[in-house]
Amino acid sequence: MTLLEAEGLRTVYGEGCSACLDATGPAEGTNQCPHCGSVVACAEADLSVAAGEVLGIVGESGSGKSSLAELLALEHNPDATTGGTVSYGDRPGNLLDVDYQTRHDLRTGEIALVHQHIRDGLTLDFTGGGNVAEKLLSAGWRSYADVRERVEELFAETEIPLDRMDDPTHTYSGGMQRRVQIARALATDPDLIVLDEPTTGLDVSIQARVLDTFRRVQREEGVAAIVVSHDLGVVRLLADRTLVMRHGRVVESGLTDRIMEDPHHNYTQTLINSVL
Amino acid sequence: MTEDITEAGPAAVEDDRDGGTPVPTDSVSVALDTVQGDGLAGYNYAYLDEHTKREVRRAMLKAVAIPGHQVPYASRPMPLARGWGTGGIQASLSILGPDDRFKVIDQGADESVNAANIRRLAERTAAVETTTDSTAADVIQTRHRIPEEVLTDDQILVLQVPITDPLRKIDGSDAANRRRHAHANYGKMWVHLYENVVEYGEINIAAAYPVMVAGRYLMSPSPIPRWDTEKLDDADHLSILAAGREARIYAVPPHTDVDPLAFEDREFTVERFPDQACHACGSSDTFLVEVSETAGPEADDGTDDESGTDDAAFETRYACNDTSFCAKRRETPDLPKDHHLDRSGVDWGPATPDHGDGEPRDDLDSEAGASQRGDST
Ligand SMILES: Nc1ncnc2c1ncn2[C@@H]1O[C@H](COP(=O)(O)OP(=O)(O)OP(=O)(O)O)[C@@H](O)[C@H]1O
Ligand SMILES: [Mg+2]
Ligand SMILES: [Zn+2]
Repeated sequence: MTLLEAEGLRTVYGEGCSACLDATGPAEGTNQCPHCGSVVACAEADLSVAAGEVLGIVGESGSGKSSLAELLALEHNPDATTGGTVSYGDRPGNLLDVDYQTRHDLRTGEIALVHQHIRDGLTLDFTGGGNVAEKLLSAGWRSYADVRERVEELFAETEIPLDRMDDPTHTYSGGMQRRVQIARALATDPDLIVLDEPTTGLDVSIQARVLDTFRRVQREEGVAAIVVSHDLGVVRLLADRTLVMRHGRVVESGLTDRIMEDPHHNYTQTLINSVL
Repeated sequence: MTEDITEAGPAAVEDDRDGGTPVPTDSVSVALDTVQGDGLAGYNYAYLDEHTKREVRRAMLKAVAIPGHQVPYASRPMPLARGWGTGGIQASLSILGPDDRFKVIDQGADESVNAANIRRLAERTAAVETTTDSTAADVIQTRHRIPEEVLTDDQILVLQVPITDPLRKIDGSDAANRRRHAHANYGKMWVHLYENVVEYGEINIAAAYPVMVAGRYLMSPSPIPRWDTEKLDDADHLSILAAGREARIYAVPPHTDVDPLAFEDREFTVERFPDQACHACGSSDTFLVEVSETAGPEADDGTDDESGTDDAAFETRYACNDTSFCAKRRETPDLPKDHHLDRSGVDWGPATPDHGDGEPRDDLDSEAGASQRGDST
């Protein structure tokens, strides 16, 4: 069952002109329009995610992964001009056009985002527990005992030491902060979690443990996920299907195993060869 | 200390409009002496020029139309240091007319120097009568308290506000907080309450307890004790809350829902004073403050309650914080808080402890701990 379907997603930084789309992309070798100087961070992106499925988005730095992920997570970006349609479940209409309240409700309910940058996703002065509680409280939970119990449950689930729950988040290690983000994303039982670079800033052994935790929880909860990474290893570990991005466009998509073993696009081949 | 601008007379005040140079509080006396010398000549009625008063009244009307929403206005320099009630006095002077009676209290006391100065300014520039009787006043300007006697629909309460936005202790960015208000997005405030309960086992906010107004805007009721907070709910009177330094006015119109933020299982509670009564009038159903043997009731700041209770050298006594009502109670010991109304049993703040739920007294010192914690973050 298709959970989320997106067509023609586009994020442009700058004024934009009629030549922008033709003058950018992998064939042109740039995401910046030579005519008007605007950056076409992503364009012409189509994708779909089924319930419980994990979709990977991979590409080099600047290829537009975060811009695409933000659109999919309904994150409002005041600096950008955006376009395209996102349809969700059997909801009528384009999710990119909904009013603030609907977007807020979706973001505290059905769709969660784990930000690439910790500071965008967590209030470091709050306790770790407080950051997770915020999601519940924003969704209207008003029983302290219920909030407390749910936060403890999520800490246990994401393997964060319970005795650190009431310490300020800035005292947590990078790995723990990532786990808090994941716990927060899971708090209201969303259908879809968008993870943007879930392992940025972590050393390799910690990366593996955070990813293991996420994979286990994702399967246990049956939650769909869109995992964004510049690291093929991350996508290979987590994703059923993968999109490869370059210069703001999707250059290849398919089952992760197929892409790894039999990349069609030159760029994907280079990407894989450079890792192996 | 800044120069005493009042020596230069009203013209200097005019010129200084946008500068907002704060002047020492005691310079109001100098200002008043000048006024007394020349009578009202050279000063506009009620000190402020008509344009300013209209601007302030316009802000008030907007504030009434959007209960709990902070409305900006052009705050003028006053012959008082900002932070000493310059917002309150501009609000009061903008609505007072010659037939009005004006009362001013500072932490419950009519006698404080500040209250007396503000009262004299209004008396001399607006030719109003002043009173200490809460039931006789048309306009009551106050800092940190709401009177013990029930206010009526003929009365306007002007509360002085030092810090307008309850969200500021969670996020210092006013721009971000304005967006939160626009979208009624108060999740972070709730996290603050959650962490309060984590730390203290209960919501431990002594004064300026955050409230939801008409189910829409989060509002600071100004640093009134929790005791007074519920008096704003479905009140007969109009409350105007005015900040001079921040140049914001907001309001709680009559019969507006005002709900203190709390959890279903950690409810809003008021201060309780079990087994305590005012040593002067015997009241046990008023907001009491601790007074030592040596210091008079007016010297107490209302927050220092726990110290010295076990020190045999000091006898700790309690007194009504609302001094004018205390005086009435000394005359008539059982005078009801709604004695001046046709109705009785009017809902006005906490019930008498004897009839109340007998909850243990909350620690009034707690805000110090909580705000220190907030400041360090
Ligand atoms: N706020 C912005 N203003 C202008 N340009 C931006 C802005 N944010 C991103 N860009 C540009 O948009 C393009 C895509 O950026 P995006 O962050 O989506 O890439 P990414 O694939 O997530 O990169 P990374 O792997 O480094 O996170 C880049 O060229 C970037 O410089
Ligand atoms: Mg990125
Ligand atoms: Zn008394």
